[in-house]
Amino acid sequence: MMTNFILAPILVHMLTAIILLFFWGKVQAQKIISIVGNILAFILCIRLFNVTQTHDFLVLQLGGWKAPFGITFVSDSLSSVMVLLTAIVSLAVGVYSTTALNVSRIKFGYFFIFHFLIMGLLGAFLTGDIFNLYVWFEVVIISSFVLLTLGGKKMQMEGAIKYVTMNMLASTVFLTAIGILYGITGTLNMADLALKINSMENKGLVSVTALLFFAGFGIKSAVFPLYFWLPSSYHTPPSAIAAIFGGLLTKMGIYSMIRVFTLIFQPDDFIQKVFIGIAIMTMITGALGSINKRSVRRLISYLIVCHIGYLIAGIGLHTEIAFVGVIFYLIHDVIVKSNLLMITGVIQKIRETIDMQRLGGLYMDYPKLSLIFAIAMFSLVGIPPLSGFWPKIQFFGEALKTENYVLLVTIILASFVTLFVIARMWSEVFWKPSPKPLTDEIDRFAQLSILSKFALIAPITFLSLVSLYIGFGAESIYEISQKTAHELMNPQLYINAVLK
Amino acid sequence: MELLIVLLIGIFYSAGIFLILRRSMVKLLLGLLLLGNGANLLIFLMGGLTKGKPPIIKEDYKHFIDAYADPVPQALILTAIVISFALTAFAIILLKKVYQTTGSDDLDTLNIQDLDI
Repeated sequence: MMTNFILAPILVHMLTAIILLFFWGKVQAQKIISIVGNILAFILCIRLFNVTQTHDFLVLQLGGWKAPFGITFVSDSLSSVMVLLTAIVSLAVGVYSTTALNVSRIKFGYFFIFHFLIMGLLGAFLTGDIFNLYVWFEVVIISSFVLLTLGGKKMQMEGAIKYVTMNMLASTVFLTAIGILYGITGTLNMADLALKINSMENKGLVSVTALLFFAGFGIKSAVFPLYFWLPSSYHTPPSAIAAIFGGLLTKMGIYSMIRVFTLIFQPDDFIQKVFIGIAIMTMITGALGSINKRSVRRLISYLIVCHIGYLIAGIGLHTEIAFVGVIFYLIHDVIVKSNLLMITGVIQKIRETIDMQRLGGLYMDYPKLSLIFAIAMFSLVGIPPLSGFWPKIQFFGEALKTENYVLLVTIILASFVTLFVIARMWSEVFWKPSPKPLTDEIDRFAQLSILSKFALIAPITFLSLVSLYIGFGAESIYEISQKTAHELMNPQLYINAVLK
Repeated sequence: MELLIVLLIGIFYSAGIFLILRRSMVKLLLGLLLLGNGANLLIFLMGGLTKGKPPIIKEDYKHFIDAYADPVPQALILTAIVISFALTAFAIILLKKVYQTTGSDDLDTLNIQDLDI
């Protein structure tokens, strides 16, 4: 069967970016081209997802070079889930940014870089070659550097220094790990690596390499000792850019971690303990950090860190049911975090601030909007039957079964703090009477045209509906997670598909 | 030869990490560059150092009959150099811009806004 179309979503984003180059400075044309490109890529990603779910593994050997020698692109269940999530979020944020971003940022090539970023993400999710993964990582981080600094405000620059340094350091660690891995195995294809690593005798060297990979991906996904760059940079760019970063960039690190630690390295007891210990610390620091924050955006940044801990814990438990939880949580988290960060953008448009002390009375003025926002916020908390609830059951169950009681307590504590923080945000931003009388000049949202309002609210509604579907249609999501977890726990399936 | 390269890699990594931990932004950048170069040398070393045996098959042979230099690490290094070139170019511009807006080369002066919660 034809597997060339694995590359189609990547190519669509690349072509859109190139076409956008010819419309440099023409804002209206750029908006339309970007939306068309996003919709096209969205349709192709849905098709890729459907075909992968029915045919299990799609493998494309680039240039016709057989597996261990050429670059392989693989779409398995995990990749296709990530690709679909990327497509959903990029469509929503793409539409949202047509109104949320100011004209000067669009003139300086926002959409152009945006499409390159999404292209890099899709490439990273689909590649089956470890060095190719590194290259896609670099495509993503250099695009994210430009997006983070676009506009050149002082605050953005300061956030960018930390972000750029930590990401460049993470890439170097990742590259070092690849170098050692190539030295001990002589191959770069992930399936071939899996075979060769398992027959290695020098387990010590393998463990060191595994931990190097963990450090590299850990910096990218903001785990405990290496998370501080995230809260000090994610609140600086405009909300549309923060939505892409918060939803997808940290999850790229998690994706790579899942891939590497299920396929290539089978974690031993020590590595599992490291994972679980770091997960506990990540949850605690993220949760404690979010309690005293007044800026809504900073609060969400710390919640991102906190919830990365759940995913790391799931990978550390390393059982099939834990992975069901990880995949389910990943699906839920990508959607809801992007949505929340877009919501902060709308709040800022309405009240000119995202400081909770100066906010208030949003429910009085915009009851319908508040309802849509509430869906996203309470999905994050996981009030049953909303989407955050289901994966947590898996985590609780597995932590209990493997007798990791500290982990169990931490997960419950982190969930409780999330509930507390979101409830406080709800009462401060929406219920509390507004601290100062509103004038028409402040509310820039009410002055927008109907079309602009639609462009701001439709993506948020869309993601809220997706969140609702994840919550109420949990069975279908659970089936997908189960299939993915089964493939992850049986790496032989992946190896056979690639090296057949 | 191997020992020399190993020592060189060690020096590159340690000097890089030392410079990253300094407060000056320029030293931070230099540190990242040294680390990147160390990683490149590491790949070069891990691929195996072979002298004077190019990976080219003679016309009348079907297979390699001799140990040959592995071309893959060099391709990897080339890719990594190109990428780090772009990243460095970006980082230099960023540092220059930060210097222009804050008027300081000291990383500690950037933390003021972190205090406000």
